[in-house]
Amino acid sequence: MYQYDDYDQHLLDERVAQFRDQMGRFLAGELSEDEFRPLRLQNGVYIQRHAPMFRISVPYGHLASRQLRKLAELARNHDRGYAHFTTRTNVQFNWPALEAIPEMLAELASVQMHANQTSGNCIRNITADPFAGVAVDEVADPRPFAEILRQWATYNPEFAFLPRKFKIAFNSAAEDRVVLRVYDIGLSLVRNDAGELGFRVLVGGGLGRTPILAEEIAAFVPWQHLISYCEAILRVYNRWGRRDNAWKARIKILVKALGVDAFRREVEDEWALAKDGPSTITEAEFARVAAHFSPPAYDKLPAHDAEFDALLATNKAFANWVKRNVRTHRQPGYASVILSLKKTGTAPGDVSATQMDHIAALADRFSFGEARMLHEQNVALADVRRQDLFALWQEARTAGLATPNIGLLTDIICCPGGDFCSLANARSIPVADALQHRFDDLDYQHDIGELDLNISGCMNSCGHHHVGHIGILGVDKNNEEWYQISIGGTQGNGTTLGKVIGPSFALNEVVGVVEQLLETYVDLRHEDERFIDTVQRLGIAPFKERVYAERQPQRKPAHV
Amino acid sequence: MPSASRKGNPPMSEQLIKNGRVVTDPRLIVTLAEGEAPTDIAVPAGPVLVPLAVWQARREELLARARSGELGVWLAAGEDVAALADDVSLLSVIGLQFPKFTDGRSYSAATLLRTRYAYRGELRAIGEVLRDQFNYMTRCGFDALQPRAGRYSDAQLEAALTSIADFTQPYQHSVKDPLPLFRRVSRENSQEVQA
Repeated sequence: MYQYDDYDQHLLDERVAQFRDQMGRFLAGELSEDEFRPLRLQNGVYIQRHAPMFRISVPYGHLASRQLRKLAELARNHDRGYAHFTTRTNVQFNWPALEAIPEMLAELASVQMHANQTSGNCIRNITADPFAGVAVDEVADPRPFAEILRQWATYNPEFAFLPRKFKIAFNSAAEDRVVLRVYDIGLSLVRNDAGELGFRVLVGGGLGRTPILAEEIAAFVPWQHLISYCEAILRVYNRWGRRDNAWKARIKILVKALGVDAFRREVEDEWALAKDGPSTITEAEFARVAAHFSPPAYDKLPAHDAEFDALLATNKAFANWVKRNVRTHRQPGYASVILSLKKTGTAPGDVSATQMDHIAALADRFSFGEARMLHEQNVALADVRRQDLFALWQEARTAGLATPNIGLLTDIICCPGGDFCSLANARSIPVADALQHRFDDLDYQHDIGELDLNISGCMNSCGHHHVGHIGILGVDKNNEEWYQISIGGTQGNGTTLGKVIGPSFALNEVVGVVEQLLETYVDLRHEDERFIDTVQRLGIAPFKERVYAERQPQRKPAHV
Repeated sequence: MPSASRKGNPPMSEQLIKNGRVVTDPRLIVTLAEGEAPTDIAVPAGPVLVPLAVWQARREELLARARSGELGVWLAAGEDVAALADDVSLLSVIGLQFPKFTDGRSYSAATLLRTRYAYRGELRAIGEVLRDQFNYMTRCGFDALQPRAGRYSDAQLEAALTSIADFTQPYQHSVKDPLPLFRRVSRENSQEVQA
């Protein structure tokens, strides 16, 4: 994992001092609300329903155990004993006092953490494959590049006041595990015919009010030019992106307006003049950063562990957990484990301080002191010996982190929604809660099989509802909470946007509708067909008919 | 002094920061009011910054004043700096406007003027110019920072000078730091911080 040197630490300390001074001038009345807002946003501070919301960055999702313990400590001292893990691998506190934020930033800086650019119209936290460095299908480790690009993006003077927020993600494997096509820039690590490493560059994706999937603008950019190429994209966007309407200001709108070919020409023209300049990444810098991500000191182990195999055969609960929550690893005798933050009765992604301490302890004991956040709002331990899985499972169970539901119905992606977020049109946590309670039965969940159910409390789409097999979106109708339901969205290589099945529903109808969607699937599925496969084969019509059969007469379309 | 603004635009402060020091500079910023044609307005005598449209419409007439340094040109955010590509060696003052401090177009414009067009004269940030952006502005090549009149007291402006140095050793290359950190210093041997 990347360790700061004096330069990194000094820069971060300067940032903490800068914001402390800004906060002081704000509280003294020298900075107006309007002048302070973008400054606090770029330091992760929103003003929310109950208190400020404070969003901490976890670059490419990597957390050291000491960082988890620091988050736990902050949760105890400045929040109500818990934090929320987001779909962008950030960590949010919902109850800190505004005046406490500079101190929290200083605490975070002491463990090389920060809230840099976690909001505002700037380059946000950069995400990467959570199984980087361990995945069997990996092309190359994306983390050195993600870190190099993080440094380039941090306090970048030219791109701090973009038309709108800007999100970058890295995919690095055969299977896309970051939802690459919903990013402003999606960087896919590839090798060309000569075996050289570079990036396939996608641009212009995004969810929100106008969901658009990113399109390719470069088939291969050699890795040395990663910064200059991104710089060219950002400069074109910063100069020509719309600023008259926040809803039309993302880069996706510029790409659509120009057309991807014209946009590509703009970028290529810009890049031609900057390529081979000083931002060209040197072999030495790449080697320096990559050294931080070299594999840990693995034990030499056989691929199979007899005791593990025996437990698998005799302990059904353990076997279920292994089936759902354990992933293969490229190192013989090792596996990656996903700790579920989706236990019924807990808001998806919420983690208590005690659990954060537990995760830190599990990481220390079983996985070289590191944990990784997934955009599905769970936490992975990437490097666990197979022979330790049973012990880990038992401890994770005690800590409420071993629900064997990864990829199943109750592994819901869910934003904080109207309970916390002032942007939301509707609450999302009560919807998730109702669904988790209704479908808590594990045998039923296993029978239904793989299902991504995603909930957003508004069209800003933090809960990724567009790419859920079932997507639920909170909408406002005459100051009442309603829920629009879509099906057929997918993440991964075949990322697709779901289709809305029809007029929206009241809160108390949502569980019944999901039930009908699942019944329709069970009635119509072919053998070994997942929910999403059935939807793709038959379209939304049979699902829609079933759901609206009894409801149709009294309904009018919610959105036209 | 004649007012620096004509209808709408608030006047800029005569106290501004140049090369890290507070100076008094009464240069007048001429603006075009709605409906005014660049060819019609009177360009006041003395040091002025005129809008790009005025410069383009009356280049021949204003050339001598530009050569003497008395007259400079300012660009609104979003006006393409390429329009001044042929004039960079002629002009000694160029202003770039921030209509709102959250409108970041002029950071890219400044970067391009300084790098692609190799402009060496004074580059002045005008409009909503606030101390919390001084560091970024300076790094993008602005050497003159002119807040609006009345935004800062003399003492506040003096105190604001420290903001220019908010980040002393940034990661990126920029106009001010032509090399990125990894080429500027030897990081291979830098000390790891124990957390």
